[in-house]
Amino acid sequence: MPYFFGCSYLDLIGYVLLFPLAGTVINGFLGKKLNKAIVGIVGCTAIGLSFIVSFFVFIDLLKLAPEHRVFEKDYFTWIGSGAFEAIAGLQVDPLSVIMILVVSGVGFLIHVYSVGYMHDDDGFYRYFTYLNLFTFSMLLLVLANNFLLMFIGWEGVGLCSYLLIGFWFEKKSASDAGMKAFIVNRVGDFGFILAIMLIFVTFNTIDFTDVFHAAPEHLQTGSFIATMITLLLFVGAVGKSAQIPLYTWLPDAMEGPTPVSALIHAATMVTAGVYMVVRCNVLYTLSPFSLTVVAVIGGATALFAATIGLAQNDIKRVLAYSTVSQIGYMFLACGVGAYITGIFHLVTHAFFKALLFLGSGSVIHGLGGEQDMRKMGGLKKYMPTTHTTFLIGTLAIAGIPPFAGFFSKDEILLDAFTKGSLLLWGLGAFAALLTAFYMFRLLFMTFYGKSNMTKHVEEHVHESPMSILIPLLVLALLSILGGFIGFPTASAINSFLAPVIGGGHHSMADGGNLHHVSNSLMFSMMGISTGIAIVGILLAYLMYIKQPDLPAKIVGKFKLIYKIIYNKYYVDEIYDATIVKPTVKTSFILWKIVDVKIIDGFVNAVARIVELKSEVLKLFQTGYVRNYALSILLGGVIIIVCSLVLL
Amino acid sequence: MILLTWYLILSGVLFTIGAVGVLIRRNAIVIFMCIELMLNAVNLAFVTFARQLNSMDGQIFVFFIMTVAAAEAAVGLAIIIAIYRNKATVNVDNINLMKW
Repeated sequence: MPYFFGCSYLDLIGYVLLFPLAGTVINGFLGKKLNKAIVGIVGCTAIGLSFIVSFFVFIDLLKLAPEHRVFEKDYFTWIGSGAFEAIAGLQVDPLSVIMILVVSGVGFLIHVYSVGYMHDDDGFYRYFTYLNLFTFSMLLLVLANNFLLMFIGWEGVGLCSYLLIGFWFEKKSASDAGMKAFIVNRVGDFGFILAIMLIFVTFNTIDFTDVFHAAPEHLQTGSFIATMITLLLFVGAVGKSAQIPLYTWLPDAMEGPTPVSALIHAATMVTAGVYMVVRCNVLYTLSPFSLTVVAVIGGATALFAATIGLAQNDIKRVLAYSTVSQIGYMFLACGVGAYITGIFHLVTHAFFKALLFLGSGSVIHGLGGEQDMRKMGGLKKYMPTTHTTFLIGTLAIAGIPPFAGFFSKDEILLDAFTKGSLLLWGLGAFAALLTAFYMFRLLFMTFYGKSNMTKHVEEHVHESPMSILIPLLVLALLSILGGFIGFPTASAINSFLAPVIGGGHHSMADGGNLHHVSNSLMFSMMGISTGIAIVGILLAYLMYIKQPDLPAKIVGKFKLIYKIIYNKYYVDEIYDATIVKPTVKTSFILWKIVDVKIIDGFVNAVARIVELKSEVLKLFQTGYVRNYALSILLGGVIIIVCSLVLL
Repeated sequence: MILLTWYLILSGVLFTIGAVGVLIRRNAIVIFMCIELMLNAVNLAFVTFARQLNSMDGQIFVFFIMTVAAAEAAVGLAIIIAIYRNKATVNVDNINLMKW
């Protein structure tokens, strides 16, 4: 084992958190006085160092035997109250290591990208403070060794998400979107808190290791408590990971700067729910009902969001719906018990979705802030590098071999077919078709065909600077190669993550992934999913390159359906009418009548009564000594008379 | 031999005169003298009981009271003079700063 100042690298796990926190503190307190170059360097270095430490931790962990790959480091007792104890401690195991590598790695690239992208913004230091704080919270979320500490990270990323969505808070739509994200997330967090309480009541501890160790003996499969815990946890995951019915905040979150959309609202934070479900896989396995719920919600979201993506014209919104849809895939995988596949897709998705978002950012940057795809087109010749990387990302998400998305999505569909049901597979497969279609629609509308740019924009359109292109290139490389960590016949990620699943029961993990699936089924599934993707791409090609007037004709034929999809099934409007408006109205009544009239009235009445009584009592306090002396005298006389009479 | 009762009645009368004086008079000096009168009424009662009971305790109390009265006179007169300098009157009705 390599030693570093007398301790193994695993002991340095705290530094993974310390560097981003230090970056936050430096930029937050001094950033206003520092110049932009230094702020950028501090921000990027913090995350870069964090990634380097994560990498060494990963190497060290690999050197241990697979069944011993759990390392816990307790720092101090954070809360101790009776039987309740929350320890500030970190847990390094294959799952958390993969997560910190992705978070700090992709995070670092996006920090570098941001230096170029945000260069002209006045809130430069504020931006990097938030971004570092986000990275810190996210790392805390995945490294925590108990539910409560995880919850702190969970809330921390929610806070940073709010701050960064509303980063341009002068814009009303941005600050509204920030509030929407925060409030919708609160709904999910409420479920999460209840789940933590229920876990403590049931197991008398909130430590991951203890809970997962005790769960199989403590709870019976399918018991009510197990179902309640997992469903409540899933409510939290639904909020954070933007699934039906709480997905509405994510598309609006696109009001934030594009690198933020890439890091928080695509690659890392929104996948926290998936991480949490996988982390609690022992509990989920105990509740088949919850797993079914997870799978159905995941599959339904994958399809539902994909259909909305078909008709959106804002480049970032298409990507946002595609994110919702892809996370749906991850939950679909978790729901059929293929937790590792879920994480695999999480990793590859982080690569290609970050790439796509950053690519769209590069386009928006080059066009001076234009986000409407109808006003783009033909950008290929202006932005060759952006185009190439974007094409790679699009191929990856569409599921064309050998790009990253192919392996993970194919595996999810295979798992849905073998472990789930035909229905779940159908949901996933149809969503895959739509994904290929709308992503290539986006690609064709943006980079191909004739230019629809305004003259002014066309004169200024330019390829982005190197600090933007380098992260794109690195992510493109990862999007090409990333899939091979889960290569079907020799899956590295499967064997690496296996100990985390089922609390170390290998039989479950081994049996769970592919080993029982015959090769012929596997390859025919591969063929089918590739075929589906190609059909989607060809459709998009037909409609947006070959016959650009076709979409308008189709829209003309299915006016009503188009209108519904274009307006996102009116879900926002429905929520507004059924939840937001009544809440606001009730609050108004509570404010104007219950608070102002009843509560304030009661308090004021008490004060008024005291005042009136005091008016009477005031008369006794004349201020004349002789009146007081008289009462003293009378008192004395009464006492003497009484004692004489009584004695 | 004058009866003990007479001494006590005299003491009671003096005390009552003093108390009534404190309550109804407005001049601070007069009130002050009335307080002295009450103290001396008490002294008389003490001396009477001391003689009656053949005990020195009551007489010793009288000396204490006289001492306290002397100290009180010094402080009280000083306060009255201070008030007079301030307000050019010693009428207690005008000394009502504490009244709300």
